[in-house]
Amino acid sequence: MTPTCQQLIDFLGDYIAGDLPSDRVEGFERHLAKCPSCVAYVASYRETIRITQHTAAVEIEDIPADLLTAILATVTTRK
Amino acid sequence: MSTLASDATLIAGLQSGDSGAFETLLREYGPRLLRLARRFLPNEEDARDALQDAMVSVTKSIGSFESGSALTTWLHRIVVNSALMKLRTKRRHPEEDIEQYLPRFLEDGHQIIPSTPWTESADSVLEREELRVAVRQAIEKLPDAYRIVLQLRDIEELSTAETAEILGINTNTVKIRLHRARQALRTLLDEHMK
Repeated sequence: MTPTCQQLIDFLGDYIAGDLPSDRVEGFERHLAKCPSCVAYVASYRETIRITQHTAAVEIEDIPADLLTAILATVTTRK
Repeated sequence: MSTLASDATLIAGLQSGDSGAFETLLREYGPRLLRLARRFLPNEEDARDALQDAMVSVTKSIGSFESGSALTTWLHRIVVNSALMKLRTKRRHPEEDIEQYLPRFLEDGHQIIPSTPWTESADSVLEREELRVAVRQAIEKLPDAYRIVLQLRDIEELSTAETAEILGINTNTVKIRLHRARQALRTLLDEHMK
C-alpha cells in the first residue's frame, strides 16, 4: 500500500531511523517517487537534524578552575 | 570518556569517600556536564549553579549507584534534573503550543500547504551568523518537553533508551516528542532556509 502524505510524514522519524519494515519502506519510496512536496519535506526534515547536530559543534573546554574549586569546597563542607 | 573499567575504579573511590576520586570525576566528566547544563540554561551562572547542585546530589546518592548502570547516563540524569529544576524557577514566559508548528493535512491526507525545497543547507547555517541566531531562537521557542528531548537525542546524541531513562519516560514517548520537535523546528526554520 502506498501511504498518503500524512501517513508518510507521521512516520518519517521511524523511516529515517531505519525502524520501518521493508514493505512499508517500499511504500514510502513509491510515494516519494511521485510527490515533490513530500520529497521537499523529507529533505528539509533531514537538513533540520543536521542543523541541530551542527549546533553541538562547540569545543569542550576544561572545567573552569574557579568552578572546580567552588564545587570541591561545597562537597567537602557537606560531607 | 572513561572506559568501563576506569569508571568502576572511580565509582569505588567515590563510594569510599575519596575526595581525590571526586576531583577526578569533575575533571573527567565536568566539562561535558557543564556543556550539558549550558544547553538548558543559557545564563552561565545558572548553568554553574545547576552543575554544583548536581555534584552535591552525586555525593549524596553515589552510595546507591547500581554497578550495572552506566556512570555517564547516571551523571547526565542528575545534571538534567538539576538544570530542569532551575529552568522551572527561571521561566518567565508561557510556553508556546507545539501544535501550531506541526504540518496540517486535508481529509485526503495531502498537506494543506505543500512543502517546497530549501535553498539553504546546514553548511550555510555554519557559515552565516544570522542563520545561527535564527536556529538558536527557533530551538528556544520549542516547549521544554520537546526541546529537552531534541537536545538529548540530536545534540548530545544519546540513544532513545538513554534519553528515556534520564527523563523517566518511555521510549515511545521519546520517539514521539523527538519527531514533533524536529517537525516544529523544521517549520520554524522554513522561512529562513528558502
